[in-house]
Amino acid sequence: MSKGSFLSASIGRKFFMSITGLFLVMFIIVHLSLNLLLIFDDKGELFNMAAHFMATNPLIKIMEPVLALGFVIHIVWSIVITIQNMRARPVGYNKTNQSVNSTWVSRNMFILGGLILVFLGLHIYSFWWKMKITGDPLLSHVTVMQAGVPVEMENAYKLVSTLFKESLFYSLIHIAGGILLGLHITHGFWSAFQTIGLNNQIWRKRFFVVAQIIGLVFAIGFSVIPLYFMIKF
Amino acid sequence: MADIILKKLYIKVWRQNSPKEKGRFETYEIENISQGSSFLEMLDILNDKLILEGIDPIAFDHDCREGICGMCSLYINGRAHGPDREITTCQLHMRKFNEGDTITIEPWRAGAFPVIKDLIVDRTAFEKIQQAGGFVSVNTGGIPDGNAIPIGQDDAEEAMDAAACIGCGACVATCKNSSAMLFVAAKVSQLAKLPQGKVEAKRRARNMVAKMDELGFGGCTNTGACELECPKSISISHIARLNREYLAAKFSE
Repeated sequence: MSKGSFLSASIGRKFFMSITGLFLVMFIIVHLSLNLLLIFDDKGELFNMAAHFMATNPLIKIMEPVLALGFVIHIVWSIVITIQNMRARPVGYNKTNQSVNSTWVSRNMFILGGLILVFLGLHIYSFWWKMKITGDPLLSHVTVMQAGVPVEMENAYKLVSTLFKESLFYSLIHIAGGILLGLHITHGFWSAFQTIGLNNQIWRKRFFVVAQIIGLVFAIGFSVIPLYFMIKF
Repeated sequence: MADIILKKLYIKVWRQNSPKEKGRFETYEIENISQGSSFLEMLDILNDKLILEGIDPIAFDHDCREGICGMCSLYINGRAHGPDREITTCQLHMRKFNEGDTITIEPWRAGAFPVIKDLIVDRTAFEKIQQAGGFVSVNTGGIPDGNAIPIGQDDAEEAMDAAACIGCGACVATCKNSSAMLFVAAKVSQLAKLPQGKVEAKRRARNMVAKMDELGFGGCTNTGACELECPKSISISHIARLNREYLAAKFSE
């Protein structure tokens, strides 16, 4: 009998989806907490200091390619898995009534993920790309007093706040991105624990509730930032 | 008390003469069906009518007609085993339908369950998965003393809940990925929870999952649809156990 390698086995592939998914959730928690600094300091010094710290910290430098790898594995694997799953039913049903037995989100993780990927492309282009690759006049250096010492750093706050203030399109895209991500997490988070095998009758319910809370926090958290700049200024 | 009579129903059913031939939907009219009759009785009445008209009767799987053999199938109006919870098709009654309804009946759809004829699909794939490891291979000898091997009540209950699986294939039919994970999970769980089954636990999980993949079933995306459509309400927490058993087996290789 063919034992099959772990990587090609259905559960093996899903194991990597779960691990990378949970890793990305951890990244998003850090990402959201730092970005929420945008709305707690109108001078933008808090956010600029955080951005400066992230840009110069050696640990973050190491984590950046790891994060990119996490995204790549999660996305590529999802495509492989989805194709495999679609192949398992060559002839479809004429009539299906799936809304009675499962949620729309749980059945459409691939579509949600795809939409998030589109958002991610735009998001990376408008921020990361300008900060790291091309630069932008809005990023011209400012001096922030850090523990009594003046430190010169890029004005990331100006780049972000200007974009949200001036472009309704970008703001709405970011709100949509936050909501899509939140929805994706409401199924993905508890599902990851199920796949790793850490669930039982009791913990399944607990992880499910936690997943709904995290999803809600992400959706609201990321929507609040553009909304803040749209309404306040 | 007299039953309500459904004066007219339209039965839209999948007809396919053989595995190789192309199938099609046919709609038949049927009259005067008592709401008290079972769904399969309705199909029997329809078949009688078709035979008298010189039409090939609709082939469908059935056996015990009391919800325990796992033989009946049918995807009725978009749901495995029809529009009711925790029952097999044979336990479905016509009181779930109304006058003038069009009832769509399709076979289980999965690459691993090819259609043999009309509504009958080949579920040999489940047998093959079982043969790959769904057993205890020691000679158990005569009937042992009931208390010789103490088993906790919780473990016994969970093993029995998993053992309630009748292998009908509704999980595969319902799953958007045609995944057999609930079936395999039940067959692994019913042994993994008991001391007699633990000895071969690793080999069993590994081999049954390998066979499941080889036969072309899809992967589980945890939608939970199988649990809700399963006539025996097998919990998807058994799937978590299967994942656990499988990963433990693979990591210790």
